[in-house]
Amino acid sequence: MNVQEKQAVDDVICAVAPEGLLAELTHRCPLQCPYCSNPLEMDRVNQELTTEQWIDVFKQAADMGILQIHLSGGEPTLRRDLVEIVSNASSFGLYLNLITSGVLLTREGTKALADAGLGHVQISIQDSDPGNANRIAAYKNGFEKKLQLAEWVREFDMSLTVNAPIHRQNIENVENIIDLAVKMGADRLEVAQVQYYGWAFVNRAALMPTYEQAVWAQKVAEKARERLKGIMAMDIVVPDYYAKTPKPCMGGWGRRFLNVTPSGKVLPCHAAETIKGLEFDNVKERKLLDIWMDSDAFNKFRGTDWMAEPCRSCELKEIDFGGCRCQAFAFTGDARNTDPACGKSSLHGQIVELAKSEAAEPPPPFVYRRLKGKQPASSP
Amino acid sequence: MSDTTERQRAIIDAESRPVLPRFVKLQHDKGRDRWVLLAPERILTPDEIAVAVLRLCDGERSVGNIASELAEEYDAPAGQILADIIELVQNLADKGYLKS
Repeated sequence: MNVQEKQAVDDVICAVAPEGLLAELTHRCPLQCPYCSNPLEMDRVNQELTTEQWIDVFKQAADMGILQIHLSGGEPTLRRDLVEIVSNASSFGLYLNLITSGVLLTREGTKALADAGLGHVQISIQDSDPGNANRIAAYKNGFEKKLQLAEWVREFDMSLTVNAPIHRQNIENVENIIDLAVKMGADRLEVAQVQYYGWAFVNRAALMPTYEQAVWAQKVAEKARERLKGIMAMDIVVPDYYAKTPKPCMGGWGRRFLNVTPSGKVLPCHAAETIKGLEFDNVKERKLLDIWMDSDAFNKFRGTDWMAEPCRSCELKEIDFGGCRCQAFAFTGDARNTDPACGKSSLHGQIVELAKSEAAEPPPPFVYRRLKGKQPASSP
Repeated sequence: MSDTTERQRAIIDAESRPVLPRFVKLQHDKGRDRWVLLAPERILTPDEIAVAVLRLCDGERSVGNIASELAEEYDAPAGQILADIIELVQNLADKGYLKS
């Protein structure tokens, strides 16, 4: 007998229907984390899908075979209709994850979500040091509120994941961050080196650790994972720029996941809009299954036929799918090229040097994630 | 917050009474005609025998009970089945998909 994890699921099945949908319910967020994965150009509140439109999207998702919905943002708990959305989506048999900053929910609100069928809550933490954590998020007392929410999540018998983005301004605390997640009662911890898209790309120099720090943190996390076996599961995301092989971004373009933006655009990944020349369909105009199967944006980098060298003849092409299309576009201007995180990319040496030189300088002030308004000249 | 030392790995033996936590769901995936175990950020695809085991993980039956039931149903040696089930349940418990 055996139980296979999704990494090994039959390719044919995955090509037919995706398994997961990331729903960005809103781009509004009380936090201002400088590594936010949202686009720089964010959707406004008056562009957001209505309650009925989201429920319809989830009904379509369940009908086409999607199994898991990740309710994200921005901050999804800013949607006043969240409980209604959760209870409807849950009634369609979907497994629901809430990805939250954790600073807005009340105990009653948490209970209402659990009662509506929410199974899993993911809370981000910025650091194990409260002062530094609140500085990074630019939100007063956020740290304390996250700890409080973690208790409520446990109280109402939901699974808790802690997500800890790691970068040069908290990397020295990685061991304490792991201990904090254990104390919070997390079933699972993501120790995730920041990926440089969206706001993190803008703030790269302020976030990039040295190579030595990255390697050290990796070892600390791997040791902890061994020590915490059966107590807390750990997913470790390695730093892209210092890697030798690229990550299998999204499990392959248009293969396992899709992303719906607050205004209803359907993307193969949350950063896909950075690739110039791609047109994205909207759930207001076209059915989700139709977009998944037939839209140009999804078909553009599906499979391996679109690949150029060195991907085309690479034995890993069905494993990592050439890495990240957005990163390939950002560095080469052509999304068909190899992700420069790959050691086989002609640009690989350049991005390693870029990372090392940025990490060697003192960090510049953060450019905080804001919808509008003036950026601070220095950190608060 | 709990003390770090309070949290311990559950070691599975014949007396353990495993049950799926509230947040793990064994569900039939109609579109792909297979059983799936839905867990946070994970979709697992148990084979036929693993599904048979998981359906008996109700928190009442012990691993030993489950092994004897399945030994009878599949006409297989109980000792071997018990060892296989302990391995499976331990593996799933380590990942947090079963508790006992």
